[in-house]
Amino acid sequence: MTVTLRLGFVPLVDAAPLIVAEAMGFAEEEGLALDLVGAPSWSSLRDLLAVGQVAGAQMLAPVPVALALGLGGPARFEVLSVLNLNGNAIGVSTALAARMQDHDFALSDARAAGLSLLAAVEQRLRIGVPFAFSMHNELVRYWLEGLGVPLPQGLEIVTVPPPLMPDALATGEVDAFCVGEPRGSVAVDRGAGVLLLPTSAIWAAAPEKVLAVRAGWAEADPDLAGRLIRAIWRAGRWLGQAANLTVAGEVLAARLGVSAELIERSLTGRLVIAADGAERFAPAFLRFDGGAAGFPWRSQAAWIGARLGRRHGLNPLGAQVIAAEVFRSDIYRLHLGPAGADLPAASAKVEGSLLLPTPVASSRGKLILPPDQFYDAQVFDPGLAG
Amino acid sequence: MNRRLSIIVVEKDRDRAVMIVDGLREAGDHDVLVIADELGLARRISERNPDLVLIDAGNPSRDAIEELTLASAPLQRPVAMFVDESDGALTQAAIEAGVSAYVVAGLSANRIKPVLDAAIARFHLMQKMRVELAETRRALEERKVIDRAKGIVMRAKGIGEDEAYALLRKAAMDQGRKLAEVAQALVTAAELLK
Repeated sequence: MTVTLRLGFVPLVDAAPLIVAEAMGFAEEEGLALDLVGAPSWSSLRDLLAVGQVAGAQMLAPVPVALALGLGGPARFEVLSVLNLNGNAIGVSTALAARMQDHDFALSDARAAGLSLLAAVEQRLRIGVPFAFSMHNELVRYWLEGLGVPLPQGLEIVTVPPPLMPDALATGEVDAFCVGEPRGSVAVDRGAGVLLLPTSAIWAAAPEKVLAVRAGWAEADPDLAGRLIRAIWRAGRWLGQAANLTVAGEVLAARLGVSAELIERSLTGRLVIAADGAERFAPAFLRFDGGAAGFPWRSQAAWIGARLGRRHGLNPLGAQVIAAEVFRSDIYRLHLGPAGADLPAASAKVEGSLLLPTPVASSRGKLILPPDQFYDAQVFDPGLAG
Repeated sequence: MNRRLSIIVVEKDRDRAVMIVDGLREAGDHDVLVIADELGLARRISERNPDLVLIDAGNPSRDAIEELTLASAPLQRPVAMFVDESDGALTQAAIEAGVSAYVVAGLSANRIKPVLDAAIARFHLMQKMRVELAETRRALEERKVIDRAKGIVMRAKGIGEDEAYALLRKAAMDQGRKLAEVAQALVTAAELLK
């Protein structure tokens, strides 16, 4: 019996696991027919999920955490898996880029990029991000705060819907931006901005989008939840194979309404950074698979919770404990262990401690975690046992 | 004493904005301002400090308004309407009609309801018009494709219009497909063979 499941997404490259699960037959293998509903904004997608018009949704990783902390609405969501690590890019207006002649725009050194940016700022630095509760917002703040220099008085981080970002740059409404793909590349191609830094250069393995459902949904129907988690996991593994990226580009282009060439830039990490066609390679720019990429680490949620808690006047320690509960690594284990996933023995780690690919204890004994360092060499120990 | 409500409607399309404003006027004597330009939306709204903000749920700029719900002065901050669970039916109706509302915390429900009811009615009407327009467009497109396919069959087989139409219909029925689909396939194939 095929079951139809409505899932919501925002038309971005990192909706790929959902789109691929549907288009390449991974959902069908599990007896699922996915009805993918595109949402115009994160707030509307949150509402669609909250009122039950979709069963699950691609979601910015901080949204379910924020809701659990009582920020941004009464809904309660849970995270069943991480759809991707990294994948956002910070860019500056062409005017600002012109004042950063000393910088090489190599996309690799977050400190150098940040210092160069601050030196080029005249008075105001207004940075556009897609949503208040987003890794874009968190990572931009983390980056600027960690530079160790006084920040400009006129620093503001504001929400600008990504489709409006090129106009916002052109009219001077914002001076810089942090967006997911293909929005950054679109801004570049329109001549509105220059890419300065992938967020992977700030945190090498940051959770970005997650698969979110209403709290309790997965436990109310474990069979259905299992099928969904497995279909999405297999789609992620497929996306992790370099040989599949051309097909992936075509499949995504049809859904997202931009060219496959534009999408391939983020899938391969070969980014065009300026309208003149200058290209840079950003390794691990966007990751769907490998090294337990889909595993919802409780420590990732705790990091987000601690940051949100501090900024919104909550007890950061309490916030991080509440947050950790939102990433359901237990449900992930329950459904993917029998499916053959190589699961880490622990559900939390010291974020930022891996400078090199590192073997760790796992269910099948072959798990190697990728580097996850922060650019400023800080580590985050959530103090969660196991 | 009920002072007038200050309402902001975010809508780029002038005709739609007029429809919504007219609907709100019928609901009471309120102070309604339309914002059409979406750049710097959050700033403009907070400068005005309205009691209520209405925006099409399909408008990506909604995310910019969300930011206002995190503002520091709790008494003045607008909250997403679905936050107020006192009236679940109203929330559901709004979501179905495609209208999102942001209401200043503490504003009593009986003041908001008539305004929202009016907004919901207008959005429903606009949604209906949009669907009808899309239907009309689609029907026109289909008619054009069928006419082209008919012409191709007429030339290829040297038959009359009615006969060509009957052939197409029969092909569609035999294949269990829509007439427009068969016509489109024929037109596409003919393009290839040119």
